[in-house]
Amino acid sequence: MPQDRIDVPYVAKLARLALTPAEIETYGKQLSDFLVHVDALRALDTENVPATAQVIHARNVGRDDVVAPSLAREDVLAGAPQAYGPYFRVPRIIAEE
Amino acid sequence: MDETAVGIAADVNARRRSAREIAEEALERITRIDGRIGAYLTRTDALALEQAERVDGRVAAGERLALAGVPVAIKDNMCLRGTRTTCGSKILADWVAPYTATAVARLLDAGAIPVGKTNLDEFAMGSSCENSALGVTRNPYDLERVPGGSSGGSAAAVAAGEAVIATGSDTGGSIREPAAFCNVVGFKPTYGRVSRYGLIAFASSLDQIGPFARTVRDAALVYDVIAGKDPLDATSVDVPVERTLDALREDLHGLRIGVVKEFTTRTLPPAVAEVYAAAYRDLERLGATLVEVSLPTADYGLATYYLIAPAECSSNLARFDGVRYGLRVDGADVTEMYERTRAAGFGAEVKRRILIGTYALSSGYYDAYYVKAQKVRTLIAADFAKAFEACDLIAAPAASSPAFRFNAKSDPYSMYLMDYYTIPVSLAGLPALSVPCGAAVPEDGRAPMPLGLQLIAPLFEERRLLGAAHAYEQATQHASKLKPQLAGVSA
Repeated sequence: MPQDRIDVPYVAKLARLALTPAEIETYGKQLSDFLVHVDALRALDTENVPATAQVIHARNVGRDDVVAPSLAREDVLAGAPQAYGPYFRVPRIIAEE
Repeated sequence: MDETAVGIAADVNARRRSAREIAEEALERITRIDGRIGAYLTRTDALALEQAERVDGRVAAGERLALAGVPVAIKDNMCLRGTRTTCGSKILADWVAPYTATAVARLLDAGAIPVGKTNLDEFAMGSSCENSALGVTRNPYDLERVPGGSSGGSAAAVAAGEAVIATGSDTGGSIREPAAFCNVVGFKPTYGRVSRYGLIAFASSLDQIGPFARTVRDAALVYDVIAGKDPLDATSVDVPVERTLDALREDLHGLRIGVVKEFTTRTLPPAVAEVYAAAYRDLERLGATLVEVSLPTADYGLATYYLIAPAECSSNLARFDGVRYGLRVDGADVTEMYERTRAAGFGAEVKRRILIGTYALSSGYYDAYYVKAQKVRTLIAADFAKAFEACDLIAAPAASSPAFRFNAKSDPYSMYLMDYYTIPVSLAGLPALSVPCGAAVPEDGRAPMPLGLQLIAPLFEERRLLGAAHAYEQATQHASKLKPQLAGVSA
């Protein structure tokens, strides 16, 4: 398993988390310590062991295609930080030409 | 309120008392003592009184309801329509749920009275409730100590008589550990038994809802109400639910109970180890045959869990991005808005787990960490399956120590170790519970604190599990030997 120190700013970017320099330092150290613990798993031979995603082994679950009411739009939008008419309002995503 | 749910429901159904007067009594008790305990993040007085009227109306019309008039506390990661649902996080501090979780809806339909939403470690990540961004919950048996977690508010509410029953969610021990710390019964059913529709997800391959109660019988009563397939949760299993309430036993004759070799050689504080040794002897005295079983890979449970659960959490918590619910912190562009919102909204433990999970799932590390952990999970589940060829139930500690003091676990890994005995069980998806089994003086204290015996059953064997737990509880009566420390509060 890879043992190198974690590139915390890169991982934070992937996770969309803004971190302060102090947080990068702290989490970097804690995550490195943590990897020492999980590296213990290397001792186990899992070459021919299947992975378990969940224990109930449910197959794809479908339901009858019946039209039923959804949540009321206004109830859902009431929880949004910003709404605009029937929409969630977000910062501009596409740059102006 | 030190009554049982069974007793209250019988009284209300027979119209000896009204749901209204029971609801008022419960709300009044919360007013009187919750300032000291801090079990609740949100009270739902108006809803409680409304529901009590409805229950009294239904009973007057001739209905009999399994939980008629029983005050219930709801962990604040479960949606209750019209009530704020925070997950103990700043990111959802003001979010009002637009619908009700199925498990909660079933409790209400059965006549339970919702008195409030309880505190938890943020997004159910923790073992002490100290990771809540919104409040401090104290252990009713020693106000200087934690109630456990993540469902610490629910455990404390039931222990302090601020509710008769409560809901919890258990991902790696979040029902069983706080139940042990607070001298109550906490029960995690088989993965998939109880619908998670309306439970805000932490780790989807592990999360399961279950009850807190002061007796095994009450826990069985609640389970019988909430268990079963739900079309709104595709991961709820379509396995027939047999009533557990009529499976409660008075002895353990004919049962083989496994004691895990690797757990008995693990170092517990001597006072704690003595309590568990006595508990195993009591199981034998009640007619069970004790057999030694081996779980050779259980020791890898913690490492496995702390890859799988954070990986799933990093994915589940991606939805908290400042767009559809909760907090938003503006930025120069949409990416900066996401990053600032999540930085301001999440606490340290949640950030840590998101980082671990993102790392374990990232390109180049996915096979080495995440897939490796999933493979070890297979080995752990296989160990349990093999152990259950030689026994019907397994007995183990529910937590690594009694309740500890606030700020005692500053190193994240030392906190993770609290769930050493519950995590392998969660990885295998098995039903398990914690039942009070005595008390021990903590290494950093003078007065005894409660401990919980964990009983574990094969998949879907909830009847066997609750049946045996009832026999042990009735024969030992450990819960009643300790009294909550509520000095200055009249009972």
